[in-house]
Amino acid sequence: MKHEATPLPGSEEAEARAAVWSSSLRDYGLLFSLLVIMGFFYFLTNGVSIAPLNLTNLILQNSYVVIMALGMLLIIVSGNIDLSVGSIVGFVGGVAATMMVGFHMPILDVDVKTSWEVAVLVSLVLGALIGCMQGYFVAYARIPAFIVTLGGMLIFRGLTGNLLLGQFVGPFPREFQDISAGFLPELTNIPALHALIGDSHFRYGTMAIGILAVAIMILSGLRRWQRARAEAMDVEPFALFAGRTAIFSALVLFFSYQLAQWKGLPEVLIIMLVLILIYAFVTTRMTVGRRIYALGGNRLAAQLSGIRTERLIFLTFVNMGVLAGLAGLIVAARLNSATPSAGLSFELDVIAACFIGGASASGGVGKVMGVVIGAFVMGVMNNGMSIYGLGIYWQQVVKGIVLLAAVFIDIYQKNKG
Amino acid sequence: MNAILEMRSITKTFPGVKALRDVNLVVKQGEIHAICGENGAGKSTLMKVLSGVYPFGSYEGEIVYEGETRRFDRIADSEHVGIIIIHQELALVPLLSIAENIFLGNEPAKFGVINWSQAYNRAKALLKKVGLKEPPTALITNLGIGKQQLVEIAKALAKQVKLLILDEPTASLNEADSDALLKLLVEFRNQGITSILISHKLNELAKVADSITVLRDGTTVETIDCHSEKISEGRIIKSMVGREMSDRYPQRQPKIGETLFEIKKWRVEHPIHAGREVIKSVDLHVNRGEIVGIAGLMGAGRTELAMSVFGRAYGRNVRGEAFMDGAAIDISSIQKAVAVGVAYVTEDRKTLGLVLNEDIKNNVTLANLPAVAWRGVIDDAREQQVANRYRTSLKIRSSGIFQRALNLSGGNQQKVVLSKWLFAQPKVLILDEPTRGIDVGAKYEIYTIINELADAGKGVIMISSEMPELLGICDRIYVMNEGRFVDEMPAAGATQEKIMASIMREYGTVQ
Ligand SMILES: Nc1ncnc2c1ncn2[C@@H]1O[C@H](COP(=O)(O)OP(=O)(O)OP(=O)(O)O)[C@@H](O)[C@H]1O
Ligand SMILES: [Mg+2]
Repeated sequence: MKHEATPLPGSEEAEARAAVWSSSLRDYGLLFSLLVIMGFFYFLTNGVSIAPLNLTNLILQNSYVVIMALGMLLIIVSGNIDLSVGSIVGFVGGVAATMMVGFHMPILDVDVKTSWEVAVLVSLVLGALIGCMQGYFVAYARIPAFIVTLGGMLIFRGLTGNLLLGQFVGPFPREFQDISAGFLPELTNIPALHALIGDSHFRYGTMAIGILAVAIMILSGLRRWQRARAEAMDVEPFALFAGRTAIFSALVLFFSYQLAQWKGLPEVLIIMLVLILIYAFVTTRMTVGRRIYALGGNRLAAQLSGIRTERLIFLTFVNMGVLAGLAGLIVAARLNSATPSAGLSFELDVIAACFIGGASASGGVGKVMGVVIGAFVMGVMNNGMSIYGLGIYWQQVVKGIVLLAAVFIDIYQKNKG
Repeated sequence: MNAILEMRSITKTFPGVKALRDVNLVVKQGEIHAICGENGAGKSTLMKVLSGVYPFGSYEGEIVYEGETRRFDRIADSEHVGIIIIHQELALVPLLSIAENIFLGNEPAKFGVINWSQAYNRAKALLKKVGLKEPPTALITNLGIGKQQLVEIAKALAKQVKLLILDEPTASLNEADSDALLKLLVEFRNQGITSILISHKLNELAKVADSITVLRDGTTVETIDCHSEKISEGRIIKSMVGREMSDRYPQRQPKIGETLFEIKKWRVEHPIHAGREVIKSVDLHVNRGEIVGIAGLMGAGRTELAMSVFGRAYGRNVRGEAFMDGAAIDISSIQKAVAVGVAYVTEDRKTLGLVLNEDIKNNVTLANLPAVAWRGVIDDAREQQVANRYRTSLKIRSSGIFQRALNLSGGNQQKVVLSKWLFAQPKVLILDEPTRGIDVGAKYEIYTIINELADAGKGVIMISSEMPELLGICDRIYVMNEGRFVDEMPAAGATQEKIMASIMREYGTVQ
């Protein structure tokens, strides 16, 4: 018996294109919202919100939210949650501070004081160990993540208080502070270039890096778009692609220009960008990433496809622990001291960033770029409202409303589409 | 007889797919009206339009019911006028009782306080009507799928049904249960209840239907009046696929080799009730190039056996030995089972087989990602090639490999699950009801693929509730009952009667 191929039931070209348009627009709606919010605060603060100094501050303040949101995304995508990250930030910062400032070790009866490098290393390992512990309970002991990390939240907040005895511990060596307060060395420090440019306050190096990044972004984007069109049928329309790239490029160029007028590229921005690239790659291109999404989408089906779901969940928590540890270091470096309340309620900003960014609370859905934008939405609002002088309590009200609105729109569109 | 329902030039479009175009359906008062067509022809979609799952305004066309033009904005609207749909995938709450499920959303209550004694009494009466001998307090999880289906029908009766829609109700039922259900429909007809019945089991349709509407590619082909002409399966098939189909099973010259895979003294205990043996010392072997069937009734333990072999995915205290090519193998985890070349295609595609939210491509490669990746980095181009290859060779009807599994028709979802395991390139493939809900044409294609696998020297173990299918494509058949293999016979010379006889002999009641 032969069976000739039957054509698709009425796949009308125009309809297919409309579908791609609407699904792409959903993705870019978020970027658009960010621009709107930025514009809003621009007017509200008479332009202060995008002044060079403030943009630099915005990045510094927001970096740890972005960094932790990357880890939180994986956890949420796998169908879990981590409430303990704020407490881990405080605890790891406290341990690092105590090590650098020096403490008395009672058992051996010696005074211990370590270099900042050792403190950083120990902190990251500590973050990983905390992640292992919580990951074990969630993945292998099968205790719901909400409960495990609620416990973790209390435990590590309490440990931080005990460790610091209610005091500020600091200050730290210059090199450590530079994690948060350092900027990339400027080109004008190189004698040859200095001769060329002269004594300019403008950071040409920063601007050059910005332009380079935009160039790479446009070229690789174009190549990917063309390849997609050559291979598959579902590509976003060129107009959308061009529009999105243009907006992104303009944003990056504008940011670089503003930063160049101040102190240049913050080191922490580099850390953040590298991490964003890594996580974007892992989630979209690597087998581990794919498996985490499958696990969150249908755990049983993933298991029966030979995926080690327990190990994956465990790893997402270890990963989160390390990133929270890193965030703890950044926060401590920024404040130049560790305090018992460092990182308090950070978990809320981080989780909100993920959901604003389009992650689904039931798992299986969420994108790195969305979450990064979501984190910046939170950051821009925090920052803009502070400048405007809105009271802290009203700030919370506004953030809550924005979170609800963002998720509402997202779900509304999905149901409609 | 006048028409109870008329659907006039219904057109329904999904992004990128026109699922229905200008479909007309006329259902007469008090008849059993069958709808059939290939996978993805639009049967379920048409019924969802009718029942208000897709609300008024999301489709074009007109619905005339009991002489009036209707617009249903939600399911409650259609239920209100007596249209009740039982979906392809059952929608019962597993941890609630039968009575609670029957009256879910429809509780006999005053001021929100449920009158339980009334509920139980009415439930009892309804259960009697559908012929289900279970107490109304029994939990749904403890019922077999056939009984669950009856609970769904009881639930429909509780809502004063006038037009009952059943979307593939017998797909997961064995012959006896199917027959009981069909008899029930005939009884309903005598009481004046109209039914719409969707099924791929054409012999059933030929048995009970008064008229048959055939859909193809989202359009109506014809409506056959079963009283004015003699209906045969061949007649329906011709209308469905547009040509004659001479053979239901592809020809094959079996080339059976050495023993490939073997389990000995396989014992499995119930996952919750420790000590209760579900599988009682089973010996099974499959040779290279051989297709082995496992026949048995619902609850015989076939799925449990298969899943316990597949890396102990079912049960506890799994004991017994397993061999591949004569050497002992370790299949104590799913990863190990996959690694030695055992694959299991589940019967429960939605909860165990697919990541519904993801597209066809991601589902197809999920079990064998390393094959499209290099050092953990997925090669997009290669992955898409693979997905496209299976989409074409299994004729997965879709708008492309990026269509989400959720939006595929039931039969096409099944093909995606099958693709996933074909791509994992196993040596031994265990198929659990691989053709459930699949249309005749696609069944033939799946049989062809199974044959090709066998001819390539692999071993195929096939579980099926459709005995003709086992007889049609297997080389050897095990008969299973109550956790044991009670018989084994070459398929040549075996008959349904012989298989049933070995099952019944167990009960000491040869029929
Ligand atoms: N929500 C949806 N989004 C996009 N396409 C859909 C959606 N639902 C159904 N389709 C498409 O509409 C077509 C008809 O699907 P439908 O479920 O009605 O088929 P069916 O005749 O019931 O098939 P089966 O016998 O396999 O159950 C299919 O091509 C399917 O992919
Ligand atoms: Mg269907």
